[in-house]
Amino acid sequence: MYDMKELYEAFSVEEAVKLRVEHPEAQVIAGGSDVLVQMREGKRAGKELISIYLVDELRGIRIDEEENIRIGSLTSFSHITKDPIIQKYINVLGEAVDQVGGPQIRNIGTIGGNTCNGVTSADSSSTLHAWEAVVELTGPEGVRRLPIKDFYIKAGTVDIREGEIQTAILIPKASYENTYGYYWKYAMRNAMDIATTGCSVNVRLSPDKKTIERARIAYGVAAPVPVRAPHAEAVANGAPVSEETVGKFALAVLEDINPRDSWRAGKAFRQHISVEMARRCLRASILRAGGAF
Amino acid sequence: MKDQYRLVEFNLNGKDVSCMVDCRASLTDMLRNDYRLTSVKKGCEVGECGACNVLIDGECFNSCIYLAVWARGKKIRTLESLLGPNGELSDIQQAFVDETAVQCGFCTPGFVMTAVEILESGKVYTDDELRKLLSGHLCRCTGYENILRAVKKTMYKRNGLEWKEDN
Ligand SMILES: Cc1cc2nc3c(=O)[nH]c(=O)nc-3n(C[C@H](O)[C@H](O)[C@H](O)COP(=O)(O)OP(=O)(O)OC[C@H]3O[C@@H](n4cnc5c(N)ncnc54)[C@H](O)[C@@H]3O)c2cc1C
Ligand code: FES
Ligand code: FES
Repeated sequence: MYDMKELYEAFSVEEAVKLRVEHPEAQVIAGGSDVLVQMREGKRAGKELISIYLVDELRGIRIDEEENIRIGSLTSFSHITKDPIIQKYINVLGEAVDQVGGPQIRNIGTIGGNTCNGVTSADSSSTLHAWEAVVELTGPEGVRRLPIKDFYIKAGTVDIREGEIQTAILIPKASYENTYGYYWKYAMRNAMDIATTGCSVNVRLSPDKKTIERARIAYGVAAPVPVRAPHAEAVANGAPVSEETVGKFALAVLEDINPRDSWRAGKAFRQHISVEMARRCLRASILRAGGAF
Repeated sequence: MKDQYRLVEFNLNGKDVSCMVDCRASLTDMLRNDYRLTSVKKGCEVGECGACNVLIDGECFNSCIYLAVWARGKKIRTLESLLGPNGELSDIQQAFVDETAVQCGFCTPGFVMTAVEILESGKVYTDDELRKLLSGHLCRCTGYENILRAVKKTMYKRNGLEWKEDN
């Protein structure tokens, strides 16, 4: 038995919003792989919950009218990894979420939960930052969209207002077209472990594959929330595809990131691996984009 | 709490069932207490160990972090569904016995149900892939190697591949 005060169940987005308005104290539960664990630990004990897990309209991935990739907030990690649209246009997201927990966690965990928890180590978040994802929220006043970097306010806090739930994550066409990426999760164990640091890089090369037209990089656990590394991106944008560019790019990340000491790893160690991850991820992205060294 | 008990209709091990369940219950609670399906173990109860693993619509879930009311409309399978009419073991269970993949047995039902998902995919996986697919379970006794062999052996047999003892 879970120590909850009340469980309100929604079966549609409309019902979920209505319940959110009626019960502002209640907390949303999607797959529950954060919420139920925290309830068990006592952190969320005695709370009221609004279950949205059975709102099936929030599951699935499609290309919408504006050619965005639209990922319903309740889509599980395993379904993201297996999805043909993801595999074709943003394979790195499928690979990143395939490193969450173990198989059972990837079946229950949702991308909505992985972003709404505001956690810097969340395995989807660095890739979503690096691909400039857009978060869609639905509330009593209708639909609101905002860039993912504005969605994260501080560690554990995201911009969800009264009455709202997150309904989708969108990847705009300008972001995924001709773009190839790579994610590196550094953890102490291959399965069932939280990232010590996570790094996601993607590139778009010029048609002759000799120049980096656009490079984007984001980290999890390099700061209290997932962050881009703009200095590093500036070094790579417009630069020739070469080992020298990769090396300069990797060192430049130190101007952007601010990892902390924690029981998982020290600051100096995190800085060290962040540089190495940037190097490996950029190299791998360039190779995937058809570039050569 | 107003309506603490909720009607949940679902399919359990091939039979349509319905149950008035406490909405605070986990699926583990319901399967063990209301249906006496004690193959579903309580290990960590926080999603870490896989002892409570069951199949829901063909995919593996840790039932300890799954609310019982979410069973609505689902097809749920536990280890009990694998036995033949006279209690005969299925091929995957027999392989666990033959390969000494069981010691205390606490982790076994969870592992076997993940193995069922693996086997029913009809695919032949490499050892590395199998290790990853089995990585959501903890076993404190066997050291995993025999479990891997039991799954691999059954996968080979079901796919008509020759199994040699040093595979
Ligand atoms: C054993 C174990 C291992 C794990 N390993 C990893 C790992 O390796 N990497 C990783 O990133 N995570 C890991 N996690 C954490 C967790 O699985 C993920 O964060 C998952 O994405 C959470 O999704 P959920 O649907 O279960 O979220 P829930 O627990 O239901 O919700 C999480 C938070 O988001 C809010 N929320 C969820 N959906 C919405 C929505 N649509 N609208 C508004 N608010 C919402 C909830 O109110 C809550 O605050 C692990 C968890 C467990 C139990
Ligand atoms: S008891 Fe469910 S995962 Fe351990
Ligand atoms: S056989 Fe004892 S835990 Fe696996």
